[in-house]
Amino acid sequence: MIRFFLKRLALTIPTFIALMFITFVMLRLVPGDPIEVRRGERGISPERLAQLRHDMGLDQPVWKQFLDYANALLHGDFGTSIVSKSPVLHEFLTLFPATLELTITAMLFAIVLGIPAGVIAASRRGGVYDQTLMGLALTGYSMPIFWWGLILVLVMSNTLHLTPVSGRVDLIKFYYQPVTGFMLIDSLLSGQEGAFMDAVRHLILPMIVLGTVPLAVIARMTRSSMLEVLEEDYVRTARAKGLSWTRIVGVHALRNALIPVVTVIGLQVGGLLAGAVLTETIFSWPGVGKWLIESINRRDYPALQGGIMLIATIVILVNLFIDMLYGLINPRIRHAK
Amino acid sequence: MPSDARLTAPATAPAPPGPLRAFWRAFRENRGAVLGLAVVGFILFVAVFANVLAPYSPIEQFRGFSKLPPFWVEGSDPRFLLGTDAVGRDMLSRLMYGARVSLFIGLSVMVVSMVVGVALGLAAAFFGGVADVIIIRVMDLIMAIPSLVLAILIIAIIGPNLTNTIVAVTIVGLPRYVRLVRASALTELTKDYVTAARVSGVGKFRLMTKTVLPNCVAPLIVQAALGLSDAILEAAGLGFLGLGAQPPTPEWGSMLADTRDLMLSHPWVMAFPGLAILVTVLAINLMGDGLRDALDPRLRRS
Repeated sequence: MIRFFLKRLALTIPTFIALMFITFVMLRLVPGDPIEVRRGERGISPERLAQLRHDMGLDQPVWKQFLDYANALLHGDFGTSIVSKSPVLHEFLTLFPATLELTITAMLFAIVLGIPAGVIAASRRGGVYDQTLMGLALTGYSMPIFWWGLILVLVMSNTLHLTPVSGRVDLIKFYYQPVTGFMLIDSLLSGQEGAFMDAVRHLILPMIVLGTVPLAVIARMTRSSMLEVLEEDYVRTARAKGLSWTRIVGVHALRNALIPVVTVIGLQVGGLLAGAVLTETIFSWPGVGKWLIESINRRDYPALQGGIMLIATIVILVNLFIDMLYGLINPRIRHAK
Repeated sequence: MPSDARLTAPATAPAPPGPLRAFWRAFRENRGAVLGLAVVGFILFVAVFANVLAPYSPIEQFRGFSKLPPFWVEGSDPRFLLGTDAVGRDMLSRLMYGARVSLFIGLSVMVVSMVVGVALGLAAAFFGGVADVIIIRVMDLIMAIPSLVLAILIIAIIGPNLTNTIVAVTIVGLPRYVRLVRASALTELTKDYVTAARVSGVGKFRLMTKTVLPNCVAPLIVQAALGLSDAILEAAGLGFLGLGAQPPTPEWGSMLADTRDLMLSHPWVMAFPGLAILVTVLAINLMGDGLRDALDPRLRRS
């Protein structure tokens, strides 16, 4: 068991080194020398230039620069944003709860609707429910979510006036100190009347938009996995025993059908963060995805570099965690070569 | 190109022998897949003949005709069937040329990914050792970064334009091709016919391309179809963020981004490009599902 964990852990080390290397190279490839950018139009004295180069470590050999960079990363220094002059890690951590809240609720939305949809489709195989649900799932899977978001805003916010257009909470009506960074929790803690419902109303559309693709994937996966399990002998035994169909599907089959679904859910984490970039841009959701796009537009490359490093790190760690969890649940994987 | 093979399959169905015919029979059973194929064929037709079919140039601005609604809405102009955008460009023409741009991006990504993916996947499977480790590590690294985030990183380095969109989307999707080819090649390599070929003195290169590769093609075609729809979505996403094809190129994603300010007053300007993306991607996915069921029973989702 421990050997499996250690082995899996060791496998991520080269990935990390390569990731550091790529983000390091990236900052040197982007158009615009960091010194040139600071020099501006007024020019700068050669001494000052040399001083700046020395301060930024640019007079060192490249391999030394890389080691310095790697060393800084390992000590939690992800660089400093050119625009805000504050550490990238700090900015990232300030914004990350918003993204986390959005992605977690989107995933819950996808799971809560996707698994029942897949189960219903599988148990009514070939019927109207199956065809309708799977048609919807394929449509959701094919959805350009940025357009889906705009359509929802148009219908729900502008025509029906049910939900606000953007942001996380109505700042004119409600103000409270962030405690956890999760608006749903903070609004409850604040004790202000209506604050929680306001946060929910802000969250609901972005959640649906971001959750649509995972929802479709989970529904499709649950259906096919369920169909496979329903062919198994123990299902026949359960039927012969006289158990009700609901009990067979809901208890006996579902538990086994969920194993591949859990894997698929894990694989969606990267996709969720990618989708968050688009979703946050549409809804002006103050998370890391919107911040990344703004960093590009402001040519704030250190922020972009640090942000990508952090996001990739999160994805790698989540995947590592899922792999280990999977090894824990399923001994066959643990002992596979 | 596999897409051509697929598209001409119906016309040539009686003529070719065995495999293609068998494939078409299996494919035909899936009504959704046939519908998808028909829609993809139609969009491809529009894309190829956009210069003949489109009433106007996609970048010509008609002064005084901006923000016209489509024909079924009051105040439309019969000369502009689907209306015009904010600067008076004909929506229908832009959509038609947009099909050309989107399919061009999608098919380019698909072809390059297939070629590079097959080369790297086969190399990893055949040479093993260090080559295998390096190739697989690099692919793992690409997969560790969320697709759109990596694409954004690449675009930040090489700059936003149509060619670079293709480069970025290709790199992002490459691991799936490489891993697929490597995995199927490794499976095939253990089979007796490969040993037989080896024993009879077939050279390594020939063994790779002529003996093993044809047996890896079925899952590869399925992957190509799904990769095509992913590439179109990915490219449209980049276009929407302003990091894809640059204006005035009529790319569906960037057309959507242009219309955000008009969304409330002129919703149709926003509706059409998104609908075009959705219909195209949905049709390709329907077709892809059918292809998978027909070609690769192992992957069949019953």
